Amino acid sequence: MFRTCDITGLKVDLRAERLIQLNAVMAVVSLLIGVIAALLLVLTRWQVVHLLPAEWYYRVLTLHGLNALIFWIVFFEIAGLYFGSTVVLNSRMSSPKFGWLALTLMVLGFLLVNYTILTGNADVLMTSYAPLQAHSLYYLGVILFAVGALVGVFLFFANLLIARKERTYGDSLPLFTFGLVAAAIIATLTLATGAVIYIPTLLWSLGIIKTMDAGVYKLVWWGLGHSSQQINVTAMIAIWYLGAFLTVGGTSINEKVSRLAFVFYVIGINVASAHHLLVDPGPSPAWKVFNTSYVMYIAVLASMIHAFAVPSAVESAQRRRGFTKGLFDWLKNAPWGNPAFSAVFLSIIIFGFIGGVTGVVNGMEQTNIIVHNTLSIPGHFKGTVVGGTTLAFMGATYYLIPLIFRKKIAFFGLAKLQPWVFGGGISLLAVSMYILGAFGVPRRHYDITFSGGPFTYTFNPATDFFWVLFAIGGIVTVIGALMWILIVVFSVFFGQSVRGPQDMQLQIASPPPPAKEHHGFEAPGTLTLTLLFMGVFLIFLLLNWGWLAAMWEVR
Amino acid sequence: MALLPPEEGWYFKRVAKDEKMWIAIALVVCLALFFWMIVWHVYGKQNPSFTTYRTTPQEFNALTQAFIQKYKIGEEKGIPVVEPPPNSDVFLLGKMWAWEPILVLKKGQEYRFHISSLDLLHGFSLQPVNMNFMVFPGYDYVLTFRPTSTGEFYIVCNEFCGIGHHMMIGKIIVKE
Ligand SMILES: [Cu+2]
Repeated sequence: MFRTCDITGLKVDLRAERLIQLNAVMAVVSLLIGVIAALLLVLTRWQVVHLLPAEWYYRVLTLHGLNALIFWIVFFEIAGLYFGSTVVLNSRMSSPKFGWLALTLMVLGFLLVNYTILTGNADVLMTSYAPLQAHSLYYLGVILFAVGALVGVFLFFANLLIARKERTYGDSLPLFTFGLVAAAIIATLTLATGAVIYIPTLLWSLGIIKTMDAGVYKLVWWGLGHSSQQINVTAMIAIWYLGAFLTVGGTSINEKVSRLAFVFYVIGINVASAHHLLVDPGPSPAWKVFNTSYVMYIAVLASMIHAFAVPSAVESAQRRRGFTKGLFDWLKNAPWGNPAFSAVFLSIIIFGFIGGVTGVVNGMEQTNIIVHNTLSIPGHFKGTVVGGTTLAFMGATYYLIPLIFRKKIAFFGLAKLQPWVFGGGISLLAVSMYILGAFGVPRRHYDITFSGGPFTYTFNPATDFFWVLFAIGGIVTVIGALMWILIVVFSVFFGQSVRGPQDMQLQIASPPPPAKEHHGFEAPGTLTLTLLFMGVFLIFLLLNWGWLAAMWEVR
Repeated sequence: MALLPPEEGWYFKRVAKDEKMWIAIALVVCLALFFWMIVWHVYGKQNPSFTTYRTTPQEFNALTQAFIQKYKIGEEKGIPVVEPPPNSDVFLLGKMWAWEPILVLKKGQEYRFHISSLDLLHGFSLQPVNMNFMVFPGYDYVLTFRPTSTGEFYIVCNEFCGIGHHMMIGKIIVKE
């Protein structure tokens, strides 16, 4: 039932390993669909090419959202949860049977959703806002997928209980698994909210329930929609800590702080969705201000804590190895040839500087007026979910391939380049989308020349330039993603087997020497970087508020 | 120690000086942002969501048609052009895939906009000022606007509302 890993010395439950592999494969399949869809979308929105006809644009946009944002990430997370609760803890899978059940349900849901979309029965985009209606099988597919994922999450908790009872690890959970626990708690709440909204919607599509209130639907839907993004953020940050540890032996300067920040995520989630409703007619201003500020306090603060804790873990380890010259010697001498390291580091930078900064403007009651439903919104989450989460997951895979699939990484030279291509492309794409949105360009919109409408409107000519950057950014991102898929598929199916530590292309860092007593700062380089971040953040906020003040008056 | 249980006594280890500094700065910024949102409600002139009433598509359509009848001054491309007096109630209707009516307003005057939808969700996106609000069926969203610039403005729908969504564009004219 077990093998002992000759590289890490950990016990690996073969039944868990198989489930991790299959979920990871499904994740890659989903990403591939999402990426192909992305290319078609970029070439359609860029008016110079304007590839797809209108109905296929909205169809492919629905396809892209569900595969790239839901299926890819959730399949990967389930694989991660099994990994974090069995391999990392030296423990066994509680119930492989239920693991197979979870996988079957999820695959069934995946197939139903993709089938209904591609046959034109679910042109409802990812949010499927009622009273916009899809075929019942679409909602059924979403429910099956969510129930499957929920079974997977419960298995994770069951695995933890077994590991605890059989005392397979020390007194406290490793930080990585602790982070996954936070993600799993959020996932449970989120998936439950999903049931609350999708089950009545299914009944409504079957004609059993007569009406769906648009406001109530949107409120509950975002209880699912945004919190599900917090699962991704939490899982991503768990991977940041894992990455710092594997690549340079970095550990939090103070684990108490890192763990507390994870707890903040769990507390701050339930109402985090409020910022999707800031310009809705339903909720009152007091409700909006309270809920978004609650998130400001707790979720944003937690993110800022992690944004310090992860790089400072790297810095502190590097300093203990002797890279102490100046502020950034530690960073210069980091293992940049290790794609997992560069992926994690780029993920931190992109998530913070692009996703984080823009997220706060989107999340403040008044400044939301500027960005709501413009291209800035997908620009923001290209920074968080794609440049942040997806890139971190890609980085983690470079360890997953040799350790779980027992294969060498094919095209290792290409792999070193891949995080840079993908991260560079997505940064360009996210920033240009955010700027286009600032010029008022709407999201989810087929034709910005409004052909066929009663009037035409021409956006600021500066947008032409940013559309070119958008197209370049989009294409480079797609290339970066395809590089990764090529490397992964080739390694797993045709790659050379790993026979022992000598075949390990990535280093697993040994712990750095213990710290010498010293006065002053633990991580001055990281402090400088985070202060720089704060400066950028405040300037960006100021610009947005100044701009808001110049608009028509409204109350 | 992300993969291993934390070292003995981790809970009692002192938080580093720079960590403390950073957390304090981040917390102060978070709190300041929260109070700033409230301050803007008092001193700022741009705040979303003032009042909302429940309505039905039929009722709202009737109100809009009565409003159009009362203040209609002409037609453009088959869409009624309406010039309501300052300080009055203005009705704007979104439906697949049009906005009704075209409005003529005066700069510097207040208008109580009632915005609703006959069918699906729509997005009210006023260009080029770039102000964005959601439009729901069944909800009469009342926003009091005071145009501060003159010219022709367009209302782009920015919430997906079916295949003709990209043709849904309306107009507001602001005169001196
Ligand atoms: Cu519309």
